[in-house]
Amino acid sequence: MVPPSLGMAAWALVTGVAMVKSGLSVWTATAMTVLVYAGSAQLAALPLIVAGAPLAVLLVAAFCVNLRFVIYGAHWRRYFGHLPRWHRLWLMYFAVDLNYVLFVRRFPEPRPQPEQLPYFWGGAVWNWASWQGASLLGIVIADRVPTQWGLGFAGVLALLGVTYSLLSDRKTWIAAGVAACAAVAAFSLPLKLNIVAAIAAGVAIGLLLDRSFPGAAPERA
Amino acid sequence: MPSWYIAAGIAGLTVMTVLTRGFFVISERELELPPWAMHGLRYAPIAALVAVISPEILLTDGALIATWQDARIYAVLVGTAYFWWRRGIFGMIVTGTAVLLALKIGLGW
Repeated sequence: MVPPSLGMAAWALVTGVAMVKSGLSVWTATAMTVLVYAGSAQLAALPLIVAGAPLAVLLVAAFCVNLRFVIYGAHWRRYFGHLPRWHRLWLMYFAVDLNYVLFVRRFPEPRPQPEQLPYFWGGAVWNWASWQGASLLGIVIADRVPTQWGLGFAGVLALLGVTYSLLSDRKTWIAAGVAACAAVAAFSLPLKLNIVAAIAAGVAIGLLLDRSFPGAAPERA
Repeated sequence: MPSWYIAAGIAGLTVMTVLTRGFFVISERELELPPWAMHGLRYAPIAALVAVISPEILLTDGALIATWQDARIYAVLVGTAYFWWRRGIFGMIVTGTAVLLALKIGLGW
């Protein structure tokens, strides 16, 4: 649990720095990290907030970046579906990528067991504390670093790395390429609608490729 | 950036966190998504990430980068090379940021 948390802490540090370097105050950045608690959605939201994008565009982008959690959730339900609704939602708020990976490895059998809740909370609390600690450290450091160093770009590099790790086959490469071209070509659209257009173009080409070449089925779900 | 906008943005992002992580547990009944939606789930995250970062990497004030003296180019090239060499996001951030800072501080790019 400790080494992967260290990697995540580094990621949190970058998020903290990028938030302040995008122009958020120390206090807004702190509120964002404590409440939103989703690094890649926060990083993706920053350029949009700086550009003053409409809230709807901001939310569409964050929703799409977070969609992997929807996939995890279908799996989580088999473990925690018997709990009351508010309890389930409370658990899921803390269910980040690392918790999911470790939990499913520890309990490969998708059915409720009594030791699952303590295991879940042990990991969730540890993750939350290391994430928030490192993120706050990043916020404080960034406040002391000159803006012309352009450190906020570290957040873009982090998202680029996540993008690379999602490129699993030729179809995802094509979908990503189409989305990139659309986002740049449609950049002059008002209201940051180029983001929405690019997401729509990327997903549409992906679905089209899946239909035309059904060879490789989606491995998850 | 007006403060109401930031506050509403943070509140909205928080709702998105809860909504996506809780999507399948909110309902009391078992949810079934149509197959095309499950397929779409595979492409939406990468499309969204690329949509956000590609203008940040490729554009300056709405136009394609027109100079070689832009630290972002080399930060992305070195970070990308590191990623495909070692498959590590962490090292990619470190090497890319190091190049960025060296060019920005050293050469003023």
